[in-house]
Amino acid sequence: MKLPSLRDVATEARLLLIGIPVFLWTMIPIYHMFLFAISPKEDAFSGKLWPDHPTLHNFEIVFKQQHYFLRDFYAQFWNSTLIAVSVGVLTLFIATSAAFAISRLKVPGGRAVLNLALFTYFIPAAFLAVPMYRTMGNYGLLNNHWSLILAMVTIASPYAIWVLKQASDKLPVELDEAAVMDGATTLQIFRLVYLPLMMPSLVAIGTYAVLLAWNEYLYAFLLLSNDRDITLPVALGNFLAADDSPWELLMTTGFIYALPPAAVYYAFRRYMVGGLTAGAVKS
Amino acid sequence: MAITLSGDQAIPGPPLSSRLTPAQVWGILLLTPYLLVFLAFVVYPVCYGLWLARDPANYVALYHDPIFARAAINTLIFLVVGINIKMMIALFLSGFFAQQRTWIRWLSVIFILPWAVPSIPTILSVRFMLNPEWGMVNHFIFSLTGDDGPNWLNDPTVALCMAIAVHIWKSLPFWTLILITGRLAISHDLFEAAEVDGASWWQKFRYITWPSMQTLYVTCTLLSMIWTLGDFNSVYLLTGGGPADLTHVLATLGIRYLRLDQLSLAMASIVCAMPFVLPLVYFMMKRLSR
Repeated sequence: MKLPSLRDVATEARLLLIGIPVFLWTMIPIYHMFLFAISPKEDAFSGKLWPDHPTLHNFEIVFKQQHYFLRDFYAQFWNSTLIAVSVGVLTLFIATSAAFAISRLKVPGGRAVLNLALFTYFIPAAFLAVPMYRTMGNYGLLNNHWSLILAMVTIASPYAIWVLKQASDKLPVELDEAAVMDGATTLQIFRLVYLPLMMPSLVAIGTYAVLLAWNEYLYAFLLLSNDRDITLPVALGNFLAADDSPWELLMTTGFIYALPPAAVYYAFRRYMVGGLTAGAVKS
Repeated sequence: MAITLSGDQAIPGPPLSSRLTPAQVWGILLLTPYLLVFLAFVVYPVCYGLWLARDPANYVALYHDPIFARAAINTLIFLVVGINIKMMIALFLSGFFAQQRTWIRWLSVIFILPWAVPSIPTILSVRFMLNPEWGMVNHFIFSLTGDDGPNWLNDPTVALCMAIAVHIWKSLPFWTLILITGRLAISHDLFEAAEVDGASWWQKFRYITWPSMQTLYVTCTLLSMIWTLGDFNSVYLLTGGGPADLTHVLATLGIRYLRLDQLSLAMASIVCAMPFVLPLVYFMMKRLSR
């Protein structure tokens, strides 16, 4: 093994000079959250980089719902889960059928529907939130989980249709033709040929929709308001209502809330990156 | 006249079902769920919203509301300054992460974290870090200089900069990732040839990297601008629009009017943004549906 030359050392040093700030910039807010989660209140507010007495007591308080702000922790966790899963399932159903109809069945007007979907995808969600809030009121769905589920499906579907349509276009037409020759009905092609081949994209889109719904704050806080109906992010935002918020508990709850999506993301990273780069930006 | 009319009706075209193949009937059935969602939750709200914002008096009221003017300027700063800084950093870091090193690969896994975790807890975490009395940042400044640090979120300019920083923190990984794929698609032979010819790193960037990436870069910048218009969380959860409603952007202003029960003003403020949004959207659709 040869000794590194002076030039190699200089290159490595320059890279480290970029890498270390990038690492600090990325980690500090997350570390700060973790630090609060394992600190007793006094330590958290003292600005120490590591608590004198690290503890899991905050987690105990959260899991036993022993604080005014945490009375409905399990109900809220369940709401978040239920809504995220429902949005995932519904989005997959709607987007897969639409992508199959547009890409494989060449339904008349399919192109127009795709353009409408793309248009919706580009309208900032915060702008649609105001009329959406009133619409849900008109439909009598406010404070009902369905309002958030349907709103999130509306926001998730366009991108889902777009990505699934791109992926469907890559499947060879001969597959469908061969199946038709063998006497397969349209539904059989959908179920037995199309769905199995689309599995990787379906995993990516399902994950995308679930994470989108789990992470959503704005729509959740507009559409749901009863303490037992709201999702976790809204509950986190409500901590700010008090002047003497228990920040260590807020950060602990936030940490628990952030773990599932981070885990899901890293588990499906391979699919996510491929699907996103294919769909989000086609240069 | 009535007779000819009824005569026309007597010769109907072939019924709809016989003109369509079974596959097309299925296609229409399968498209229906999305169309229903689109009609009920996009078309109806948009039309209803436009109808609510129909009164010109709303726009006069907006024109006279200093908070609206301030929010419009803030949004512009957020987009023009914030997004361009973000994309330049992303372009720079995409070059860094394209280096083949084990430790850089590990760093890239960590680097994705801000994008993988939900924004609410991390924004609140930053909010506390910036707390003038108890926050980590001012503790750090005090231990270094012995002076009290600034009251970060109490100055509108600084607070807006912090909101932009939070936005960059959250979305930088995503755009860097996209630009890395663009960079990796460039043929390596070009760089080797340039190396042989003794090109400097700037020449390599100027004559190889940039020409092959500029379309992607511009597309990303525009897309990021459209989406950032809807970035509600970075501002609302960090500053709440304060101090004195001076750090609102259009995304939070609409919600503020809504909370004040001024629904038509909320809609009018969104309609005002449309002349800027729609050309961008049109341009993006042109690009993506090629």
